Amino acid sequence: MDIKLDTAPKIVEPTLYELSSPGRVGVDFPDPDVPRAKLPDALLREKLPLPELSEVDVVRHFVKLSTFNYSVDSGFYPLGSCTMKYNPKINEDTARLPGFVALHPLQPIETTQGALVLMYQLQEWLKEISGFDALTLQPAAGAHGEFTGVSMMRAYHRDRGDMKRNKMLVPDSAHGTNPATSAMTGLKVVEIPSDERGNVDLGALRAEADDTLVGMMLTNPNTLGLFDEHVEEICKIVHNAGGLMYGDGANMNAMLGITKMADLGFDVMHYNLHKTFSTPHGGGGPGSGPVGATAALADFLPAPIVDIVEEEADGLPPLYGLVTPAKTIGRIKAFHGHFGVLVRAFTYIAMHGPDGLRNVSEYAVLNANYLLARLRDTYHVPYDRTCMHEFVAEGRWKDAPDIHALDVAKRLMDYGFHPPTNYFPLIVHEALMVEPTETENKDTLDAFADAMIKIAEEAHTNPELLHDAPHAENTPFGRLDEVKAAKDLILCCWLPENYSEQEQ
Amino acid sequence: MNIPANLMYTKKDEWVDLESGKMGITDFAQGQLSDIVFVEALVDVDDDVEIGGEVASVESVKASAEVYAPVSGTVVAINEGLEDEPEVINTDPYGAGWLVQFEVSEQSDELMDAAAYEAYCNGRD
Repeated sequence: MDIKLDTAPKIVEPTLYELSSPGRVGVDFPDPDVPRAKLPDALLREKLPLPELSEVDVVRHFVKLSTFNYSVDSGFYPLGSCTMKYNPKINEDTARLPGFVALHPLQPIETTQGALVLMYQLQEWLKEISGFDALTLQPAAGAHGEFTGVSMMRAYHRDRGDMKRNKMLVPDSAHGTNPATSAMTGLKVVEIPSDERGNVDLGALRAEADDTLVGMMLTNPNTLGLFDEHVEEICKIVHNAGGLMYGDGANMNAMLGITKMADLGFDVMHYNLHKTFSTPHGGGGPGSGPVGATAALADFLPAPIVDIVEEEADGLPPLYGLVTPAKTIGRIKAFHGHFGVLVRAFTYIAMHGPDGLRNVSEYAVLNANYLLARLRDTYHVPYDRTCMHEFVAEGRWKDAPDIHALDVAKRLMDYGFHPPTNYFPLIVHEALMVEPTETENKDTLDAFADAMIKIAEEAHTNPELLHDAPHAENTPFGRLDEVKAAKDLILCCWLPENYSEQEQ
Repeated sequence: MNIPANLMYTKKDEWVDLESGKMGITDFAQGQLSDIVFVEALVDVDDDVEIGGEVASVESVKASAEVYAPVSGTVVAINEGLEDEPEVINTDPYGAGWLVQFEVSEQSDELMDAAAYEAYCNGRD
């Protein structure tokens, strides 16, 4: 790899390789209490270009890098369709309880009852929240949950001997994972357009609802932040054609304690514990995507799921263990999914209780509608009706032709806010998708709305302010060159010249 | 917006020159996509392609888009220059930014002329 140093970016923190000093060590190992074995000569290398640093070098390096991050702990994070909600710190305490941390999943179940009870109770709660009969905690994230659920739908039709069904319907407002999941499961994807109120177009749906239908994947509320006004009718049309309804739970943050997906007519759905149930999201992951199903699909769930294997008797508590559903699609994740994440979600549900969870959704919806009300006169909102947990505005004005959603988003960084999602969903031009979540107070929402309104004014009076944003005094680099970043990939770390020739 | 009068257009924002058999994406499409950073041809020379078949994938900093055939026919040439300089689609969508050239056997009956396509674009915005 030959990289000229004169093309290097502005260095705000050197890499570990640049900080390296030959011979410096962070840890001294004690003398071994067994004889040293000599590695075979064939396995020995002449040179091993690894950075050499002391402990304090490493700590300062990573602490400094961490200060360049923007996180939900450092400020408002209104990234739409993501539910970047606050992660309560008590979750970290419970997930670190020694009894959980020191477990191994292959221990005998008699020695892991605490963990199994927690998983059983979480299964029960999640089932109750959406009205389903059975549930798996295995999937590692939302899209993994989709793959699990759609595989179950496919298995259901095949089990009935109905081999001609190969078509999945997906609305044009869907997350890209929905068509990707369907394609990965071997199904043909047919896109259904939205009507002028942002609902699924019922005419287009009826035209595709035939006997080749595996089903439909629907996010409700949808990615416009709108509750589909015909959701029960949609489920009926798909069911009448013999298909099944898949519920994408990405936007469950608007629904807790208010309506249940199974009651609306969905047959199978995934939850995103990292959205709705406050477990870390994005770089803080991993995610978790439990899948709930009706009784008709319960037998197809992945194995194993947690159940009571011996009833309470003779003064002894029930014994919890692992069971395999009769027609399971098989295992889709090692052991029991992301157990540490399950502990955090359990904690969140236990801390809130049913009324508290309903409050979460009510405040999430209220906060989004408050921002919508403050911004709709300044930013055009193409599907403008009462929103759920988020809304989508346009970052463009006819009388400011050179300004795009990206410029608005970048300028927000100058004001200290993480930008909203932009350019999604695809059916809105220059989309700015705002999801405040339930934890933000009125002062924060007002500060964000004030900044958005100020930026709209600047777009008309001083557009260069937006084009040049964020400015280097506010962020480590200023505006990044996204075209260059996409075209000229440098996937190698930045080795100083002749690094590998240095004396070891 | 640039909409040459000698070309035909699709609702998915492809253009086709029925004289030469060349096709590409329209000025409207490149404007929607913004800076194009990557183009992948999904067909090879001598492939037979049906109307509506996927011919290329175009990726910008904002989104990626599939490009569909406005005609049926045999692929006679692919614009190799786009591999190194995909940005010419932004600067010259009807010229150096052409994607694929066909020997046309059949054209879609949904093709629009320039006036119809302009009305279609204006109706969308």
